[in-house]
Amino acid sequence: MRHDFIDRYSRQKSPIHNLSTSLKVVTAISALIVIVALPHKSWLVFSLLALLIIPVIVLSKLPIRFLLLRLIMLEPFVLGVSILSLFKEGGTIIFISIVIKSTLALLIMLLLSNTTPFEQILTLLKKIKIPPLMVTILALFYRYLFVLIDESEKMQRARMSRTFTNSKKHIWKSRIQMISELFIRSTERAERIYSAMRARGWS
Amino acid sequence: MHIPDGFLDTKTAIATATLSTVGVTFAFRHLKKSITPQQVPLIGLSAAFVFVAQMLNFPIAAGTSGHFMGTALITMLLGPSAAIIIISAVLVVQCLLFADGGLLSLGANIFNMAIAGALVSYSIQKMIEKIIPNVRGKLIATGVSSWSATVIASILCAGELAWSMTVSWGAAFTAMTSIHMVIGIAEGAIATIVVAGILKSRPEIIRNANLQQHKLALSTKLIYAAILIIGIMIFVTPFISEFPDGLEKIASVLGFEQKAIGQPIFSAPFQDYRWGIFSSPALATIAAGFIGIVIVFILAYTLSKVITSNKPH
Repeated sequence: MRHDFIDRYSRQKSPIHNLSTSLKVVTAISALIVIVALPHKSWLVFSLLALLIIPVIVLSKLPIRFLLLRLIMLEPFVLGVSILSLFKEGGTIIFISIVIKSTLALLIMLLLSNTTPFEQILTLLKKIKIPPLMVTILALFYRYLFVLIDESEKMQRARMSRTFTNSKKHIWKSRIQMISELFIRSTERAERIYSAMRARGWS
Repeated sequence: MHIPDGFLDTKTAIATATLSTVGVTFAFRHLKKSITPQQVPLIGLSAAFVFVAQMLNFPIAAGTSGHFMGTALITMLLGPSAAIIIISAVLVVQCLLFADGGLLSLGANIFNMAIAGALVSYSIQKMIEKIIPNVRGKLIATGVSSWSATVIASILCAGELAWSMTVSWGAAFTAMTSIHMVIGIAEGAIATIVVAGILKSRPEIIRNANLQQHKLALSTKLIYAAILIIGIMIFVTPFISEFPDGLEKIASVLGFEQKAIGQPIFSAPFQDYRWGIFSSPALATIAAGFIGIVIVFILAYTLSKVITSNKPH
């Protein structure tokens, strides 16, 4: 089983992947600030930003299909909320510009997250003086995320091979049981991890 | 409810980021003081647990599905400070790994779901556990607090969107809150059954996981209350007086529309009085919220009764 499906592309090699993490993060944040601060109807700047993003996508060598799929997965949230702005006076323009703004922002975030391995972001957090305990918590979280996802998939498979109905009631029941079982397993695993950490001199 | 980038304007992004930074820093300091080194991996693993639990889809209707949020559940299991840190960590990773929720909206998302969610859950849980100090009380507290955390997060989210002038308060409040009042019931049911399951098979986990029994010193409580109240004051109260249509929607969701409109108690006495900055819709909202809580309490009570009577022996 592959465990790197969450951030599969973040460890590839490309000119963008090779850039320093802090440079990428600072660029992404400043671009996002520009997008947020722009008034509606700044069509020229929007298209300029889009033109700037395209070469980055090409240089990053990320599969276009993957980026589009991710974008489509996230777009319902954007559309769901922005549709509400149509109820306002002059809402159509706000609606269009919000959809453009958030799509640009989503693209920037997708590019950042898929060209930067999470552990490099952790190193950066350490550098900017985020408390070490907080970084440790985030590192443990990231490290065991894959393990827990794997565990939940095993549980789902075990359930599927034993249950022959597919009624909603059954799905709800088994998912809820999975959640409690997952928490129990997480606490047990946390105890074992603590022993292992202590055995290796962590304090 | 993860707000993407582009929806909040600069002032809202700065205000929410500031409040969240204060809240998370304070929660972190408190957590650092109250946990033993042994519990550090537990915090990380619990964050991974919430992340995975949120990935499980619950089919609703017509091909749509929802997912679990878990703030109130984690508050019940590990206390408010741990819950704030855990849910914030989940939101940070969702943002950085999945682009789910914007980077500049992270402050707002953390404030709505982690900080306000955990603090509202904690106060409701403590209140109910004090009134009903047994297992059933714990279950009812989990159910009611899950619903409240979901609803408060959606109200704050609507306020932030309205403050950013992205949407009108009426539309945002009506749509967000009425949907989340329904979603909250599912959230409450899931969390209650999960707590019941843990209590049934491994009761010692809840006892051991209790970070110092979640007791907060008075000063901690006051600081938390201040953070929550400042947030609500900034994002919600400016709008609360200008949405006559919002209440009707809540009323219809709760199924007392006819009564509320028909009965003079609701409309007449409040219509002409102005209580400071609160005009009549505010009071009516509070009344609607109160009735909502009562209904949810009854639901949670029934569910806990079913669960506790189902137990073998």
